[in-house]
Amino acid sequence: MKSISLRRLKALCWKETLQIFRDPSSNLIAFVLPVIMLLIFGYGINLDSSRLRIGVLNEDSGKDAHAFVSAMRHSAWLDVRSFQSRELMEKSLVDSQIRGFVIIPQDFTKRLENASDTAPVQLVADGSEPNIAQFVNSTVSGVWQSWQLERADDHGTKLQRDIVLEPRYWFNPSAESRNFLIPGSITVIMTVIGALLTSLVVAREWERGTMEALLASPVTRAELLLSKVIPYYVLGMVSLLLCVGVAHWGLRVPFRGGILALSMVGSFFLFSVLGIGLAISTATRNQFNAAQAALNAAFLPAMMLSGFIYEISSMPPFLRGVTHLIPARYFVSSMQTIFQAGSLWSVLLPDILMLMASSALFIGLTAKLTRRRME
Amino acid sequence: MSDIVVSFRNVGKSFEGMKNPALDGVTGEIRTGVITGLAGPDGAGKTTLLRIIAGLLAADAGEVETLGVDPVKDVATVRSDIGYMPQKFGLYEDLTVIENLNLHADLRNVVGAERDETFERLLQFTDLKRFTTRFAGKLSGGMKQKLGLACALLGKPKLLLLDEPGVGVDPISRKELWKMVEDLVNQGIAVVWSTAYLDEAEMCGTTLVLNEGKLLFDGTPAAMTAPLKGRSFHLKNLNTRKRPLLAKALARDEVSDGTIQGHNLRLILTDHAQPFPPEEIGAGESARWVEVAPRFEDAFIDRLGGGPDGQSILARHLREIPHDGNTVIQAVDLTKKFGDFTATDHVTFDVHRGEIYGLLGPNGAGKSTTFKMMCGLLVPTSGQAVVVGLDLRKSAGKARQRLGYMAQKFSLYAGITVRQNLEFFSGIYGLHGKSQMQKCSEMEEIFHLGPFRNARTDSLSLGYKQRLALACSVMHEPDILFLDEPTSGVDPVTRREFWTHINGLVERGVTVMVTTHFMDEAEYCDRIGLIYRGQLIANGTPDELKEMVATDEMPDPTMEDAFIELVTGKDR
Amino acid sequence: MNFFRRVGSLIRKELQSLFNDRSGRVLLFMPVVMQCLLFPFAATLEVKNASIAIYNEDQGTAAVELMQRCASSGAFTQFLSVQSQDQVEEVIAKRKALLAVRIPPDFSRKLAAGEDSPIQVVLDGRRSNSSQIAFGYFQNIVEQFSKDRAKTAGRVLPTEMVPRFWFNSNLDYVNYILPNLVAIITTIGALIITALSVAREREQGTFDQLMVSPLTPEMIMIGKAVPAIMVSFIQATMILVVAVFIYQVPFRGSLLLLYGGMFFYSLALIGVGLLISALSKTQQQAFLGAFAFMMPAILLSGFSSPVENMPHWLQILSWPNPVRHFVEIVKGVFLKDASLDRIISVIVPLAIISSFTLTTAAIMFRRKSA
Repeated sequence: MKSISLRRLKALCWKETLQIFRDPSSNLIAFVLPVIMLLIFGYGINLDSSRLRIGVLNEDSGKDAHAFVSAMRHSAWLDVRSFQSRELMEKSLVDSQIRGFVIIPQDFTKRLENASDTAPVQLVADGSEPNIAQFVNSTVSGVWQSWQLERADDHGTKLQRDIVLEPRYWFNPSAESRNFLIPGSITVIMTVIGALLTSLVVAREWERGTMEALLASPVTRAELLLSKVIPYYVLGMVSLLLCVGVAHWGLRVPFRGGILALSMVGSFFLFSVLGIGLAISTATRNQFNAAQAALNAAFLPAMMLSGFIYEISSMPPFLRGVTHLIPARYFVSSMQTIFQAGSLWSVLLPDILMLMASSALFIGLTAKLTRRRME
Repeated sequence: MSDIVVSFRNVGKSFEGMKNPALDGVTGEIRTGVITGLAGPDGAGKTTLLRIIAGLLAADAGEVETLGVDPVKDVATVRSDIGYMPQKFGLYEDLTVIENLNLHADLRNVVGAERDETFERLLQFTDLKRFTTRFAGKLSGGMKQKLGLACALLGKPKLLLLDEPGVGVDPISRKELWKMVEDLVNQGIAVVWSTAYLDEAEMCGTTLVLNEGKLLFDGTPAAMTAPLKGRSFHLKNLNTRKRPLLAKALARDEVSDGTIQGHNLRLILTDHAQPFPPEEIGAGESARWVEVAPRFEDAFIDRLGGGPDGQSILARHLREIPHDGNTVIQAVDLTKKFGDFTATDHVTFDVHRGEIYGLLGPNGAGKSTTFKMMCGLLVPTSGQAVVVGLDLRKSAGKARQRLGYMAQKFSLYAGITVRQNLEFFSGIYGLHGKSQMQKCSEMEEIFHLGPFRNARTDSLSLGYKQRLALACSVMHEPDILFLDEPTSGVDPVTRREFWTHINGLVERGVTVMVTTHFMDEAEYCDRIGLIYRGQLIANGTPDELKEMVATDEMPDPTMEDAFIELVTGKDR
Repeated sequence: MNFFRRVGSLIRKELQSLFNDRSGRVLLFMPVVMQCLLFPFAATLEVKNASIAIYNEDQGTAAVELMQRCASSGAFTQFLSVQSQDQVEEVIAKRKALLAVRIPPDFSRKLAAGEDSPIQVVLDGRRSNSSQIAFGYFQNIVEQFSKDRAKTAGRVLPTEMVPRFWFNSNLDYVNYILPNLVAIITTIGALIITALSVAREREQGTFDQLMVSPLTPEMIMIGKAVPAIMVSFIQATMILVVAVFIYQVPFRGSLLLLYGGMFFYSLALIGVGLLISALSKTQQQAFLGAFAFMMPAILLSGFSSPVENMPHWLQILSWPNPVRHFVEIVKGVFLKDASLDRIISVIVPLAIISSFTLTTAAIMFRRKSA
C-alpha cells in the first residue's frame, strides 16, 4: 500500500483546494490577514523613535538658559512644551502627555561657569516605557553636548572631542526597524497559515465523518498525507509571494535576495509548520483542541521566540536553548538576510539545513500519526 | 447462487474507557442475494462490526474474513471491492453533488467512458440529475443519503456496507433507497444494512440482531417473529379514551407489550396467555380482539423480556391541567418565505388541549419550518402562530414559560453533568431554591438518572440522553410540549417508555405537538397534519388518513402507505 | 428577582461548562501560565549578552587600552578579535557579532597629536534596533575612556546630563512587560470565550433550546457576558499576583481604578466577541474570526511599540481599538499611579466603544434569533 496513484492524489488535492476557497474564514486567514499584518508592521509597529514630547521648565531668566531651550526646540527629534509650574509638568508626565522633562534651575547660569562633571540641568524621563526613556535620554543629552560645543566655540575656548565614532549600518543604512520587522513578520503570517489553518483540517474530517468514508476507499496513507500537505503548501507559497510583493513594492522594503533562496527557505519552513499543524490535527481529531494547541505550540513561539521582535541573544540561556527547537527562528534570520543582505548562501545554508531537518521531523511525525484505520 | 462473502467468528472488540466490550463473541456471515440486516439499539455494536468487516478497525479477538481475505492485513483488496457509507453519509458538504461524485470516482479509479456511463446510470438511479451543481450541504436528508449511496457504489463494489442509512429520512426516500438496494442485490452485490428501526430489519432477507455487543438473533425475519404467532392482537372498536386503556392493558399479567395504532391498541400477550375479555379493562362492549401478524419489533421486545408497564410516574408528579377542550395551538394562514422560496404556504390548523398533534412530511417539505414558527424559533412572514392564546411575536416571554421543547439532537449541554443540566433548565424557567432542588431530585428518580447524576452528559448512552432531555423539557410543567423528532435513532424499548410518559402527560391535560419520520410514532397521534411543498395536504386522525387512501387493492393501508400515497398522489 | 434568577442559572451553566472539562481548564489557564513564564524573559528589547568584534590595526597603547576596556566591560559578553576586513564582514554577515569595530593604524598617533581620531563601527542593520543599543554601550565605553584621558591631561570636558528615570528607575523591562501582559491575556480570554461559546451552542443545537425558553436575547447576552468577564478578571488577577509577588513589579496605583477600567474593557471585548459569533456559522469561523481581530488589535495597542510612534492617521484609526485604551490604563495605574481624571479620560472611550459593540451585537443577536 505504499504506492501513490496520481489520479487519487490529484482528486484529493482538488477537493481540499475547493474547500479552502469556499470557506470565508480560511480566505480571511490566507489572504486578508497577511496584508493587514504587513500594513501594521509597515506602519503601526515602529521601534524607532519619532518626535519625542518633552516638557521644559525654565526657572532661570539668563541668556544661556534661553539659548539651551531654543536649541532643544530646534531639534528635529524633540517636541518641546514649556511649563510654568513643576506640579503641572509632573502631572503631564504621569498622564503620559510628555515622555520626559528638563528643568533648568535658577542657578543655571551661575553653575555653568563653575567647571564640574555634571550638567546643571535636570533630566527626568518616563521609565514606564524603557525604550522611549532611552531615546529621551540620548536625544536630550545629544542636544546638551552639541549646545555646549557651540557655546564653547562662541566663547573661543575649543573643547576637544578626541575620538570620533563613525557608525555604519550594513544592509540597512538608515537603520529603519520596519526593514527587519516586515521580513520577520512574514514568519508569523506563514505560521498562521501553515499551522493554525491546517490544525483544523484533519480534525474537521474526523468530526464530520468524512474521514471514515475516505478510509474505506482505496486511498493510501501517503496519498492522504500528501493531499493535505500539497494544497496548503501551495497556498502558503502564494501567500509568501504576496507578502514579499507587498513588502517590496508596497512598503518599499529593499529585497536584495533571489527567488531561489526565498523559495527554498520558504518551502522548508512551510513544510515544518504544516507538519506541526497536521500532527496536532491528526493527534487531537477535535477542532477546538487542535486550534488551541496550535496557538500555543506554533503561534506563540513564532511570535516570542523567533527573534523577530525580541533579540534571541538577550534571552536567558534556557530560553536560548529552546529557540533552537523552533523552526521560526531559522526562518526569521534567513528572511532578514534574504531581504536586506541578499542570497548569502554561506549564511543561509546552516538555517536551511535546520529547516530541512525540522520539516523531516514534523512531516515524519504526522506520517507516523496518520492511520490507515480508525484506531 | 448465494455465496458467502464475509464470515466472522467469535469477534470481540473493546474500547478504552468503556466498561463493557463493544462486541463480545459475535459470529455470523454475510451472503450475496439478500439484504442482510444488522439491527439493534443504539450502542449495540453495529457500527463497530461494520468497521471491522471493512478493515477500519481491527478486532481484538476472533477471526474475520472479508471477500476471502483478512481485512486488516490485505487492505488493498478489501478497500477496492467494498462500498461503505458511514453514518453521516461521509459527504463533503461544501462540495457540490458532482464534485463529491468526481472525488470518489477518482479515488476508485473510475475513468473515461466507464465514468460517464456510471455517472449517467447513478444519477438516473438516484434521481439527482437536476441537482448536480447543488452543494451537498444544501441537499435534503433523503437526497444526501442517495448521494452517499451513489458515492459508495462507484467502482462496482462486491460488498456494500450501509451504516444506518435510514436515520432522519422520510418514508418515501427510505422506500426509494430500499428499492435501489434491492436492485443491487439482484445484480449480485452483497449488502449489509444496519438500522435501529426494526421495521427496516423486518424487510431484510436475513438479519443479525445485536444487543449490548452480543448476538441476540441470526436468521430470517420470519424465524424471528415465529414465536409470536398467535400472540399479537389488535383491540378494536374502543369506545373510551385509548391511552388510559393502554395503561390498564399493560398493567395486566397477560400483556407483555403494547402500543397505540390509530384508534386501536396493539397488544402482545405473554406466552400461552389467552386474550382477556375487553370489558375487564373497561374497553366497552363493542371492543373485540383481532389477531394480527407479529412484527419484528414485537419479537425483539419479547426477547428482551417485554415492554414497560405503561404507568408514567412522571405524569403523577405533574399538575393536572383541566381538559377544557380549548384550542391551545393555532396556526392561521401561516406563511414563511426565504427569498423567492415559500417554505410554508398558508398553513392553518388548530390543536385542542390534551391532544397529540403530529406534523409529518417528506424531508425539505416545510415541516420543520412550520414547527419552528409554532414554537417561536422563526418569525412568520405572514399569518399567525398562537400558542395558549398568546401571539409568540408579541408576548414571547409569557408564552414561552408555558412551552416545553425537546429537539431531535437532544439539546443538552454535553460538557456538564446530568444534575447540572437539570438545574440549568429548571433555573431558566424560574424555578429556584428548595422547590428547584426537589424537582431535580424527583426527575432523577423518575428517569433513573440517580447513578449518573455527576456524570458528564456526553458520556450517557443515547437512551439516557433522551430521558434526560425529556426531564429537562417538562420540569417547569408546561401546558404544551413541542417534540422535534424526539426518538430519532432510539431503540424500541426506550421509545416505548418515552411514549408511556407522553401518554401519561396527555392524560394530565398536556398538549403535544410532534414531528416525526417514524410511522409508529405517528400512530400515537390524535391527529396528523401532512405537509408537502409548504402546504397542509391532509389533516385528520391517523385512521382518517389511512381511509383516504384505501382502495380495493389495498383495503387496509398502513400509516406508511397513507403517507406515501398522499404525497405522491399530490405529485400526479 | 426572577430576571436575576434566570440569568443566574445561565451564568452558572456557562461557568460549569467552562470549568467542568479538563481541556477547558487547561485552555483557560495554560496560556496564562505559559505567558507569565515566557514573556518576561523573552519579550525584552534590552540587549544583553551582546557580542562585539574588534579589528585592531594599531599597535599604540591607546588602542590596546580601549580594546581591554571593551573586553572587560560587562556590556559585551562576547569579544571577538579579528584580523582582516574580510573577517569583519564575515562575523557581521553570519550574525556572530552585533557590531564590529575597526581601529585604524594611525589611531594612537592622531589621538596623541590632539587630532580627531576616527573609529569605524559596522553595525548589523538587519537587527538595527539591537545593534543601535549595543552601539550605545560601546559609545559609553569610548566616552569614559576619553574622559579619563582628559582628566589625566587636565583638560576641560563638556558636562554630562544625569538622567533620572521615574516610575522605573533602572528601566527594568519586566516592569514594562508584565502590566502589558495583563491587557493581552484578558483580551484573549474574554474574546475567545464569548466568540466560541455562542458558535458552539449553535453548532450543537442547544441555542434553539435557549431561544424557546422564556429567556430574552438580552438575558442570553448577559448570561454570556458575565462568565467571560469573570474569567478575564480571574486571569488578570493571576498575572497581577505573579507580577507583584514573583517578579516584584511595583504596583503604585489604585486597584479599584484598574478593575473599573478592566470592567469596561471586558464589556467592549464581549461586544466584539458576540458580534463575531453572530457572524460565524461554525466554531472554526468563530475561532479564526476572533484570531483575525485579535492579532491586529494587540499589535496596534501600543504593547510592542508605542502608539505615539505610529503615523498620525493610524493613531486616529486605531482609536476604536479597545486594547489600546486598556493598555494605557494598565500602564498608568500600575507604575505611575495615574490620577482619577486621567483614567476616566481613558475609560470614556472604552465606554463608548463598548456601548457601540454591545448594541450592534444585540441587534445582530435579535435578528439572528428572530
